[in-house]
Amino acid sequence: MTVRNKKPILVIGGGISGITAAVEIAEVGHEVILIEKEAYLGGHVVKMNNYFPKLCPPACGLEINFQRIRQNTRIEVMVSTELVALSGERGDFKASLRTTPLYVKNTCTACRKCVDVCPEVRPDDFNYGFGSTKAIYLPHDMAFPMKYSIDDRYCKKESCNKCVEICEYEAIDLFAKEEMKEVEVSAVILATGWENYNAGLLDKLHYNEFKNVVTNVEFERLLAPGGPGKGSLLRPSDQKEPKDIVFVQCAGSRDENHLPYCSAVCCPASLKHALTCQERYPGSKIRIFYIDLRVTGRNEDFLKRVEENKNIELVKGKVASIEEIPDSKNLRIEAENTMKSKKIRVETELVVLATGIVPNQPAIEMKTNQYNFMSGEQKSGVYAIACGKKPMDVSSSVKDATAAALKTIQTIR
Amino acid sequence: MVLDKKIGIYICSGCGIGNCLDVTKLSQAASTENTLICKIHKALCSPEGFEIIKKDIEKEQLSGICVAACSPREKTELFNFRDHIQVERINIRELAAWIGEPGEENTQVAAEDYLRMGITKLKTTSIPEPYIEDEICNDILVVGGGVSGVTAAIEGAKAGYTICLIEKENDLGGWANKLYKQIPFKAPYDQLKEPLVTELIAEAENNKFIRIYKSTAILQIDGHPGRFEIAIKHVKTEKIVVGAIVAAMGWKPYNAKALSQLGYGTSDKVLTNLEFETLIKGNPKQRLPGTILFIQCAGSRDKDHLPYCSSYCCGTSLKQTKYIRESNPDSSVYIVYKDIRTPGMYEEFYKEVQRDDRVFFTKGDVEKVETQSEKLKVIIKNTLLGDDISIMADMIILATGMTPATTADLNLSYRLGKGLPELKYEFSDSHFICFPYETRRTGIYAAGALRAPMDISACIEDAGGAMLKAIQCIEATKRGEAVHPRAGDKSYPVLFMDRCTDCKRCTEECPFGMYDETEKGTPLPNPARCRRCGICMGSCPERVISFADFSINSVSAMIKSVSMPDEFEEKLRVLAFVCENDAYPALEMAARKGLKWSPFIRIIPVRCIGSINKVWISDALSCGYDGILQIGCKPGDDYQCHYIQGSELTQKRGENLQETLQTMMLEPERIKTVFVEITDYHKIPVIFEEYMNEIEAIGPNPFKSM
Repeated sequence: MTVRNKKPILVIGGGISGITAAVEIAEVGHEVILIEKEAYLGGHVVKMNNYFPKLCPPACGLEINFQRIRQNTRIEVMVSTELVALSGERGDFKASLRTTPLYVKNTCTACRKCVDVCPEVRPDDFNYGFGSTKAIYLPHDMAFPMKYSIDDRYCKKESCNKCVEICEYEAIDLFAKEEMKEVEVSAVILATGWENYNAGLLDKLHYNEFKNVVTNVEFERLLAPGGPGKGSLLRPSDQKEPKDIVFVQCAGSRDENHLPYCSAVCCPASLKHALTCQERYPGSKIRIFYIDLRVTGRNEDFLKRVEENKNIELVKGKVASIEEIPDSKNLRIEAENTMKSKKIRVETELVVLATGIVPNQPAIEMKTNQYNFMSGEQKSGVYAIACGKKPMDVSSSVKDATAAALKTIQTIR
Repeated sequence: MVLDKKIGIYICSGCGIGNCLDVTKLSQAASTENTLICKIHKALCSPEGFEIIKKDIEKEQLSGICVAACSPREKTELFNFRDHIQVERINIRELAAWIGEPGEENTQVAAEDYLRMGITKLKTTSIPEPYIEDEICNDILVVGGGVSGVTAAIEGAKAGYTICLIEKENDLGGWANKLYKQIPFKAPYDQLKEPLVTELIAEAENNKFIRIYKSTAILQIDGHPGRFEIAIKHVKTEKIVVGAIVAAMGWKPYNAKALSQLGYGTSDKVLTNLEFETLIKGNPKQRLPGTILFIQCAGSRDKDHLPYCSSYCCGTSLKQTKYIRESNPDSSVYIVYKDIRTPGMYEEFYKEVQRDDRVFFTKGDVEKVETQSEKLKVIIKNTLLGDDISIMADMIILATGMTPATTADLNLSYRLGKGLPELKYEFSDSHFICFPYETRRTGIYAAGALRAPMDISACIEDAGGAMLKAIQCIEATKRGEAVHPRAGDKSYPVLFMDRCTDCKRCTEECPFGMYDETEKGTPLPNPARCRRCGICMGSCPERVISFADFSINSVSAMIKSVSMPDEFEEKLRVLAFVCENDAYPALEMAARKGLKWSPFIRIIPVRCIGSINKVWISDALSCGYDGILQIGCKPGDDYQCHYIQGSELTQKRGENLQETLQTMMLEPERIKTVFVEITDYHKIPVIFEEYMNEIEAIGPNPFKSM
């Protein structure tokens, strides 16, 4: 097939969906520009402790993908970059990209000397604020690209200059400016992903007030080897290992006042957490309060494993409220056990809220549904994918990204 | 060994390498290796450092360079000279400088050994010349004309590929074509939709790039990506040639005859969901009886029937509830369920049905169905109220699940079988989280309900991805490159047939069916099917198989290039074969974290631990290594091996290796296999330390003195 139009394809968002779309397109043989707003690729999955149902580390699959990017000259990766404007039509788009100041250049070798001299401290946003890093920091252990970043909200710049002085590779430029770039592309994939629902809006669950009430995404970091506990699960109030954990399913989901839809991943995610806790801390007590257990397809086996574990109790019922016990900082939960049609009260050491998926919005105008999920085909040549389109798990996101890759190569004829 | 290679050695002293190692001494070690140039720089990855290398390459016309610096996972793009010059990255940063004590002699020796191993590798390997198949065909075969197959065909044709679409029935559309209405999968979710498949069929039939073969069966599929030769039987037998295949043969309903306890077969008022669909489609206006009860998970989520959830049945019953309520406003519908599974936006449709106050949802397990005069009595246990309840119904609809069609109908003429390998419950699948389309039959991609239970909307989404993979495979084959996971790799196994004894190990062990064989058992390689894992190389007792850049001889030479302390020095040598996919990054992570391990260990990365050949083990033991570690990815049901069976095969081969040890009169502990996850970096020093202790306990290898 003759290739007449050699304009690259633009992929917005470097989470698992965007990465997948980019490598799949590039491995067909087309050029791709992959942009990501953070300083590293991997989006939400890179923050996860493990995947269901294999309980395996996401870093394994990501490493293959990063290796595919490293080996492939057809992929240009731009981190700390966002789409600000898009015009044109199928086969001939112009996209404006904004890159936030790159204070650390690609000559960084991640030797770590800068960190040792940096006097400023910032909350570790990779770990959702559990713990802190220096103002110059490696986003996480397996960051791709493997280089440091500077948080300019905390860095004192040239008045400090210590990192610049210590760096042997002239990799730091504290005067770096924001950069704008226009690119001509033949098609666009919007893999802009999701955020979890703001648990602070769930009045009776007191996420903002009670330290030992955390969300499911935070719980991933609490379990992760690179997390605040370095692989030990420590509850926020006293850094002790909890022996009793309650999971609250549909925290703000399937709820007319919050997210009326089902986010599809929270059930298997909580089952995964329960099994992971049992593997790490055999004998700890886990209760999962749910409306329906939605684990479809072969993941049923996974549910079986949970059902067979006598330390995990599945309770059909909706959690109505959470109170904190002042001294112990334990939590008292009131829930309705619909199976026995009575109210139940339990005390626990840690509560995990299974909060749902809220789609991110790109900076350009999009066709969306009433819940801000984007239509798949925005116009010919522009495709929204994965969790920007509807809630889905990693495997479905990867499939969707691969299918969208085909849509975009159809524009290159 | 190619002797006339002009080799340049570049040693980096940055990132603490210079503080830990004596790089001048290191360069002296290199100079004894017959290399042309050896230079030291404080940062080879800096523009100045890189310029030195680039200039030397031009000026001295180097054919190969060794970059002794950081891990090959770092600065990969910078030091990649593609096909122009051979590059060997020698990791003296993570494997020596960062894990050893500064200035310590043993660390220095380790770095020198790595340098020698790297130079040896460069000398004994070459840049792979790609294997380009003759007469590569651009067309794609789609097997199955249901919603997945038709969608795949349309999407592939739109990308400029000619599609041959084969359907065994008389009509396209499969099960989707038998539906009366379809669940809405776009907002608003309150109205049922006309089946989308009608439009899809029309689109496929009017597309001149789609050649449709109805009432057609496949007699045989022969060949490899780029050129599969397909014998089909339509009216007469015909041969077609394609470059890749999408298998979308769909599913069959679970056999409801096995559900007699639910009244199926004993009462004609008990129907399956598909039978009910046909009934309604035949006469949508018919008046249905007053009380209809759905039994969800009829034969699903049940260890005696289908253990899994078929994903589509909850939505289908909600849709059929709508049929009933629309046809008869006086009707009542009961839905007996375990969990209502309407993920994502289907929740909107569920809520729509819940708004109808004549639809009753009851959580519970149906124990049995009894016929009482004209009615059916349904006895339900484990209900929300705790008590058993019974409901009288006029009709029962069983929400039965789906089972995959048989892939043996593909009639592959592969040594490893006619169908696609199955992972679980007969669904053809491989890595189902990160790489859902990957298959063990390169160039053949399953789509839709063949791969996992899914509904129409999921099948449509799934089909495009499978077609992309088929297109990608053809394009990669044209370039002579591997597909996932070693995408872009141009190396391939070359067989030195003079030594082959037709033992069939390679043909049996290749997880991807790369080899066919003659009646005698002689392997017939199909390089375009190869995924370049090297498992066949590891399997071959006669050392017949090698790659241009990863070979039996090369690794043997690397093993022998390591300095071997004599028996009186009391310094152990342990060889660690490390899988480059997960274990090697874990090792690096450990080094980055400042964790330390013994400088007596020498690491050789391998494509998969399944590629480790027995001869490397015996070579290592004969030249005095005290122990050998093999570190790979997890085997088993939840395997993490990138080549599916590499780790498992290594375990099996372990028994053979023990025989080798016995014949050499060596202790079984001399070989140990360990499995790690990529995030297990903190375990790496522990694994090494424990093994060093084990080896110390059994004492040095007696071959050292020979």
